[in-house]
Amino acid sequence: MSLRIVVTVKYVPDATGDRHFADDLTVDRDDVDGLLSELDEYAVEQALQIAEDADDAEVTVLTVGPEDAKDALRKALSMGADKAIHVEDDDLHGTDAIGTSLVLAKAIEKAGYDLVISGMASTDGTGGIVPALVAERLGVPQVTLLSEVSVEDSTVKGRRDGDAASEQLEASLPAVVSVTDQSGEARYPSFKGIMAAKKKPVESWDLSDLDIEAEEVGLEGAFTKVDEANERPARTAGTIVKDEGEGGKQLAEFLASQKFI
Amino acid sequence: MAEVLVYVDHVDGAVRKPTLELLTLARRVGEPVAVALGNGAADTAATLAEHGAVKVLTHDASEYADYLVVPKVDALQAAYEAVSPAAVLVPSSAEGKEIAARLALRIGSGIITDAVDLEAGDEGPVATQSVFAASFTTKSRVIKGTPVITVKPNSAAVEAAPAAGAVEALSVSFSEKATGTKVTARTPRESTGRPELTEAAIVVSGGRGVNGAENFSIIEALADSLGAAVGASRAAVDAGWYPHTNQVGQTGKSVSPQLYIANGISGAIQHRAGMQTSKTIVAVNKDAEAPIFELVDYGVVGDLFDVVPQLTEEIKSRKG
Ligand SMILES: Cc1cc2nc3c(=O)[nH]c(=O)nc-3n(C[C@H](O)[C@H](O)[C@H](O)COP(=O)(O)OP(=O)(O)OC[C@H]3O[C@@H](n4cnc5c(N)ncnc54)[C@H](O)[C@@H]3O)c2cc1C
Ligand SMILES: Cc1cc2nc3c(=O)[nH]c(=O)nc-3n(C[C@H](O)[C@H](O)[C@H](O)COP(=O)(O)OP(=O)(O)OC[C@H]3O[C@@H](n4cnc5c(N)ncnc54)[C@H](O)[C@@H]3O)c2cc1C
Repeated sequence: MSLRIVVTVKYVPDATGDRHFADDLTVDRDDVDGLLSELDEYAVEQALQIAEDADDAEVTVLTVGPEDAKDALRKALSMGADKAIHVEDDDLHGTDAIGTSLVLAKAIEKAGYDLVISGMASTDGTGGIVPALVAERLGVPQVTLLSEVSVEDSTVKGRRDGDAASEQLEASLPAVVSVTDQSGEARYPSFKGIMAAKKKPVESWDLSDLDIEAEEVGLEGAFTKVDEANERPARTAGTIVKDEGEGGKQLAEFLASQKFI
Repeated sequence: MAEVLVYVDHVDGAVRKPTLELLTLARRVGEPVAVALGNGAADTAATLAEHGAVKVLTHDASEYADYLVVPKVDALQAAYEAVSPAAVLVPSSAEGKEIAARLALRIGSGIITDAVDLEAGDEGPVATQSVFAASFTTKSRVIKGTPVITVKPNSAAVEAAPAAGAVEALSVSFSEKATGTKVTARTPRESTGRPELTEAAIVVSGGRGVNGAENFSIIEALADSLGAAVGASRAAVDAGWYPHTNQVGQTGKSVSPQLYIANGISGAIQHRAGMQTSKTIVAVNKDAEAPIFELVDYGVVGDLFDVVPQLTEEIKSRKG
């Protein structure tokens, strides 16, 4: 029987660009290039490896985001995913984590799944909570923050490296997994992969396809509200010295002047 | 005054510092009621009482250690239903955030993650977040349900505030889903004897410039001369020179110490994301153009193999 893997991928503003907020205090996406969240590349990679190890598997990538978010899907398809689903609707603008998890869970159910794989966190919101929320909504085990993952006989196993301990985890499918950037380098799309991606199916769903009302998502449906966003004042230029044999001593003098020694 | 639930992060009864910070913040919005789960839960009571907990709800069961996250969500939900608090505060660890998120969903509430400050507002608690690699500060509120907020370590100074801390047994019935993800083995992390990275007042970090696992002894010696924790960039971690648990940055720990010393680290955005809120920043780097110098209060352009040992010696001799 085929193993159906859904990978959730987020389209985010490039972290090396000049990220800022729009007037309505949502992320300004117009001025900064977007891309597939780098941490979701690890999720795609693990999905592809699990699929390669399975007799028969299908990898679907799923994003919730604006028109441009198709770029993130294309990247994942060119890495080797089989098909893509894009949930796009004007009413999604400003959706928070609770709302995002609703849309993802409904889309995952509609797509059909045995295994959901997510990144450890997005590179913009960095909440790291969407996988747990999706697992709660779907009512399936969460096997999250794995630095190592494998699937065998309808069981997912993995290692979670926490603060206090490293744990081995195990759950029966269906399940929601999230993987860290320790799980293994993500592959680069090959030229062949990029060409093949152009022919792969991308389905577009809107809120009505998922039986979600506009009031449940977007800024209107949000459970949280941002009242203010202020750019942090630039740090005042510090003292910079060139080491000419006394650099360590000069630094010690500075630390002493600041009462650290 | 309204009660505020505070989820307790502890190891076998020893309360971790971020929870004590949380109790300080909780007192700004209500009366803290602490929830301590698992082995040693009852042993946390004295410390929690000293720091302002009017009540400590405790529960121990093997499920907390044997299964991932969900049993703790069940228990926190039981506490929520018993208390009807005005807010729920949870330390922003990876696990803390997952527990808080699932609770929020169950009780029909919004969640704010990684707050760095918390105040009482006219319409409920106002959380400050430091976002986009600490280049912006936002103020946000939960506007539906009971605010669930996770707070990062080092967000408040710990203040003692003796309170009753009456221990009460929490009654918990685990949901069917509680046993979904089994913990089949656990290897506790070995203590290095150095301060915990996220809680340390001083952090000394090494990057690719350290050029080898064996050279990290130079970084450790500097850290020890200052009683500091040791951090590392991802480049150093990926090269296998230092454990991942010491990584500072977006996918490592975020630290906010009084003093951060970056050695042989260029200052990539993902590294900055984890250290930019440090109060005083110092760097040693042989490249005068390294972006880390944009952040520093004091920087030395030089070879770390010359500068760091000299600094360590000087600190030792000054300390006598
Ligand atoms: C700076 C900032 C701060 C924010 N703070 C909050 C907050 O405190 N509370 C809150 O409710 N919302 C917050 N949001 C909104 C939140 O980021 C979005 O709702 C987001 O879609 C889900 O949360 P996340 O990005 O933190 O996801 P995370 O939980 O960090 O993402 C983990 C994984 O979930 C999957 N995923 C997440 N979003 C999508 C998506 N749109 N499509 C497909 N897969 C996805 C990916 O696999 C990703 O790797 C914030 C947004 C920003 C930009
Ligand atoms: C999704 C994602 C997440 C990431 N998460 C993290 C993270 O959590 N933490 C993190 O750190 N990085 C993270 N990175 C990686 C980050 O982008 C950088 O690659 C990394 O921080 C570089 O580490 P570095 O500064 O040690 O190395 P380099 O950038 O190679 O810099 C080394 C520096 O050392 C200096 N140097 C060399 N020799 C000496 C010497 N003898 N004396 C003095 N100076 C010397 C050089 O001048 C240079 O500036 C992430 C990247 C991505 C894409």
